[in-house]
Amino acid sequence: MSNETLSILLFLTFVAGTLAITVWASRNTKNATDYYAGGRSFSGPQNGLAIGGDYMSAASFLGIAGLIALYGYDGFLYSIGFLVAWLVALLLVAELLRNSGRFTMADVLAFRMSPRPVRTAAGVSTITVSIFYLLAQMVGAGALVALLFGFTSEFAKGATIALVGILMIVYVVFGGMKGTTWVQIVKAVLLMTGAALVTLLVLTEFGFNLSSLLNDAAEQSGKGDKFLEPGLRYGTEEQGLTGKLDLISLGLALVLGTAGLPHILIRFYTVPTARDARKSVMWGIGLIGTFYLFTLVLGFGAAALVGSEEIAKVNPAGNTAAPQLAERIGEIIFGDAGGTILLAVIAAVAFATILAVVAGLTLASSSSFAHDLYAHVFRKGKATERDEVRVARISALVIGAVSIVLGIYAQRLNVAFLVALAFAVAASGNLPAILYSLFWKRFNTAGAVSAIYGGLGSALFLVIFSPVVSGSEKALFTGSDWSWFPLNNPGLISIPVGFLCGFVGTVLSKEYNAEKYSEIEVRSLTGAGAEKAAEH
Amino acid sequence: MSIDKNASGTVYQRFQGTAEFQELRSRFRRFVFPMTVAFLTWYLLYVVLSGWARGFMGTELFGTINVALVFGLLQFVTTFGIAYLYSRHAGRRLDPLADKIRGDIEADEAQSAGTAEDGR
Repeated sequence: MSNETLSILLFLTFVAGTLAITVWASRNTKNATDYYAGGRSFSGPQNGLAIGGDYMSAASFLGIAGLIALYGYDGFLYSIGFLVAWLVALLLVAELLRNSGRFTMADVLAFRMSPRPVRTAAGVSTITVSIFYLLAQMVGAGALVALLFGFTSEFAKGATIALVGILMIVYVVFGGMKGTTWVQIVKAVLLMTGAALVTLLVLTEFGFNLSSLLNDAAEQSGKGDKFLEPGLRYGTEEQGLTGKLDLISLGLALVLGTAGLPHILIRFYTVPTARDARKSVMWGIGLIGTFYLFTLVLGFGAAALVGSEEIAKVNPAGNTAAPQLAERIGEIIFGDAGGTILLAVIAAVAFATILAVVAGLTLASSSSFAHDLYAHVFRKGKATERDEVRVARISALVIGAVSIVLGIYAQRLNVAFLVALAFAVAASGNLPAILYSLFWKRFNTAGAVSAIYGGLGSALFLVIFSPVVSGSEKALFTGSDWSWFPLNNPGLISIPVGFLCGFVGTVLSKEYNAEKYSEIEVRSLTGAGAEKAAEH
Repeated sequence: MSIDKNASGTVYQRFQGTAEFQELRSRFRRFVFPMTVAFLTWYLLYVVLSGWARGFMGTELFGTINVALVFGLLQFVTTFGIAYLYSRHAGRRLDPLADKIRGDIEADEAQSAGTAEDGR
């Protein structure tokens, strides 16, 4: 049996299992709390696994391993930003959010503000961030299929995107938060197991001697010691000061963006109490940290055992480094059959990873549309729960369909920047609004709206005029050049702008609601009045 | 602890003014704010050195394991460590107090509801 066939079979098994879960979940989804927040019935460890599942995307798994395999140390830099970011969520956001909101990020922001303008802004921001992220994952799915199965036709890639999109729509429309959470949990277990297995095999091959693994990787890369130092990819010497500032910009966006990502924030609502939210973030940190340590070994292992030439031949961006490594180490230790099996397993796991993450993104954006925009802005809080959930399901269908279409058309573009942009927007628009809401007495509606639109707007504005969109070989529009902003990531400027806009907007407006601030402060710290788990 | 039922404002405003809540708030902030500044600074130091002090980062320590790798792994260690410290601080110093205050608020609300019914 070829590895492609085995891979498909494994993947279909995963799909069958998760569809069964979705059917079960749909029978157990009876009201809005079930649909949006899984009945708040997930335990700390379960939710922690789901957080890991939501966060460890194909970008984490394939992307970082590939970055390390091709450029050495700089890939590791990326994973550190992704991990440290969780401390912001743990210390400042998770529990306080759980205690003061119901289903979405906007619930917390709208708590003490005039709801309609704030929910509109939050809804726009949520959908923007989620669509960017979603698009990147969809295009990634198409590219992955091509690489793993050797399809080169646009049709095959398009068909894959459509398949991933349809499955994701089914998970979200029928399973809601219960279904998608279980899909995340299953995927997280598979991903950790698969990554652990390959890591273990690689370490065994090198006698658990990290030094010799790194040595081989450096030699094979042809770049010697430089391979193990920062600077081959980000902030290279040719890029000069601009490159180094870009590195700081990227670093800031990564570390501050996570706690503002809508599909992560909704995960804090699926547990019974704030203390469980804390436990789940702790579990998440443990899993995610361990996983990134695995990718360190996977990346350098791929560099040592497969070689950057081999990797770049199959995919210049390095996204196949992990599966290629799996095949090689399987061969080395178990012979040809081992290589085939291991490759198939890792490829199937990579698919499952993409599927789970896009489901989470679709749920977050459709929930925000239905709960924030439809129920509170259009219907002014007068929609029934049933209406709201129905609209949530319909918008999941629409968002899914739009992502499929955009994903198919965006295939030719280099969309890796979309995830970094999503993080930058989350850090510039969402995080200031959330932090000010929870901690600053004076904050008001004008401030919230300014922070969100200011952060979102400045990030988008700067990116449009950056080398990402025009003026460089990797740009969206390679023919033209209207760029004047030198950095690829707008974070260094847009994050302070977001905070500043929030501040200025607040002080320029006379609105001040001490009563509501007291309520949110007391509720967020004590848990009084927090939404309880649904009873069945 | 008695709350002056005749004090103006919502139940939350009254409780916000109590010494107990102020204590909870201050214990929370005195841990979380400095710790956040600390780990962000530490992380940014790491990023800045990765950009500007490559020679230093490339210094080999044990075999091929250089400062950059050790520094990176230290970020993992400190992240796990800070998460653990927060969890311990919250469990010991925040949770019991928060639970007590929440209990008091719920009792207060139950009592007001009872009084309101009696008054009808």
